[in-house]
Amino acid sequence: MTAVTNGVNVQALLDAREVLKGAPEAAQFVWRASSRWQNGVHSTTTVKEFFGLGQEQSHKREAVFDADHPEVFAAEDNGITPIEYLLVGLASCLTAGVASVAQNRGIQLRSVEATLEGKHDIRGILGVDGDVRNGFNDIKVTFNIDADASKQDIEALVAQSQKRSAVFDALTNPTNVTVEVA
Amino acid sequence: MANSWRRERWDSFRLLTPNWQSRLPGHRYEGPDPDGYMTMGEVTEFIERFATLSRAPVRTGTNVTSVRRTDDGYQVTTSRGEIRCRTIVIASGACNLPALPEFADAVPDSVEQLTPFDYRGPGQLPDGGVLVVGASATGVQLAAELRRSGRPVILSVGEHVRMPRTYRGRDVLWWMDASGVWDERFDEIDDLSRARRLPSPQLVGTPERTTLDLNTLASMGVEMVGRWAAVRDGRALFSGGLRNVFSLADLKMERLLDTFDEWAKTHGRDAEVEPPERFAPTRVPEAARLQLDLRSGEVIAIIWATGFRPDYGWLDVPVIDAKGRLRHEGGVVDSPGLYALGLPVLRRRRSSFIHGVEADAREVVEHLARQLAVRR
Repeated sequence: MTAVTNGVNVQALLDAREVLKGAPEAAQFVWRASSRWQNGVHSTTTVKEFFGLGQEQSHKREAVFDADHPEVFAAEDNGITPIEYLLVGLASCLTAGVASVAQNRGIQLRSVEATLEGKHDIRGILGVDGDVRNGFNDIKVTFNIDADASKQDIEALVAQSQKRSAVFDALTNPTNVTVEVA
Repeated sequence: MANSWRRERWDSFRLLTPNWQSRLPGHRYEGPDPDGYMTMGEVTEFIERFATLSRAPVRTGTNVTSVRRTDDGYQVTTSRGEIRCRTIVIASGACNLPALPEFADAVPDSVEQLTPFDYRGPGQLPDGGVLVVGASATGVQLAAELRRSGRPVILSVGEHVRMPRTYRGRDVLWWMDASGVWDERFDEIDDLSRARRLPSPQLVGTPERTTLDLNTLASMGVEMVGRWAAVRDGRALFSGGLRNVFSLADLKMERLLDTFDEWAKTHGRDAEVEPPERFAPTRVPEAARLQLDLRSGEVIAIIWATGFRPDYGWLDVPVIDAKGRLRHEGGVVDSPGLYALGLPVLRRRRSSFIHGVEADAREVVEHLARQLAVRR
């Protein structure tokens, strides 16, 4: 297993799993984002601080995300649409899962590529038809993986990465959301 | 005697293990149908017969209401008096109470809710659709039975263990037994707590020895939905991850069959079984529903086949973990003189089967005897 280098420190993750078994409070994380309206449907969201392991934490750098609508929506297209960020989250989460599980199972990865398609009927958000939902109707992720493993083992990697994915869970299961005015 | 087999099973229930696997020390099935599966009544008789043969001093109709530590052992309070003892073996099983999700409380009153302990047969339910929650052995069996009674049935499917009833001409549990999968010991298993939580395989014991997987149920017209995640405004919300629980189960089954094939090859057993076979992947419905209005009348009853949990309410010894499970190391409980038998993967994968107790019992009793000798 030492020969496999996918760059994931699986030992640290396994150690964390052991430690957190006896310390559930340290496992409580809060992820945060702050956004500011720019103009039109363009907004800028920044992410830097979060809470976890019992204390405030920070990313090395602040990350900035512009969201807007494309020109076909009569907007300026200063960034991707908010719903596309969900695809970004899902792709990166599943890919991280594939790398971690591969490392843990001693599978050397050479390349991992995914293409995502989210089917969206915009009649929902435009209020054209009350029976059409606002969000995605269907999301399809297609992985293309080159690795030292059988097709079956690669399929198992992808299945396990879904089983342990935060974003896959957040998209496939309902979540309570509270939105209020401060 | 055999109380849970008598009172906590539905009418059509049969053992998942073939008759020839029903073996206890000095007592085994010797009837005309070794490949068949015992009914509830037959299991009850089998256990009664073992009690007679073993001449164990069984106190029937006696409930243990409390077990407390004393200076040199335990004080057991029963519905028929007190017992003092130096050692105890807990063999009360892992399935004393149905385990229901918290949101069961949020189900509208218009929908009847049953657990496998309440359910006897389809005739007990009024006409109408039924939502069966859980696709392990209990869930798939009840979904099939209810569908055959003519009712619309929706099955909510989470992670499950898929198995064909027979493989290469032999009962799949013959393979588990012969290939040594069931002999894997608790101290050799990578993730023991996961192995102990493993749901029962999708099997049913019928005279026809048919496979009862999700494809069978789909062909019968059972509608599949994802794992039931929440109730919101009287609506059941199901996970959109159905496809992946199918993949996980299909892949795990493939790996198990690979293990069997490999064993047959390396042990020169290929000639006595049929050629290897592979089964069609679980068919994914074109569009699985993500929600169901529980007030619409579409389903008139819900059956919670969501597993069981042990009941240690009577055990006044601090050996229960935060999840309500007994803390033990291969049946040796963390309190001198206290032991357990018959729990999932207690000492090996076969521990919770009738034929699994013998080897475990020998090892646990060996420890128990040493304990008695030391303290004498």
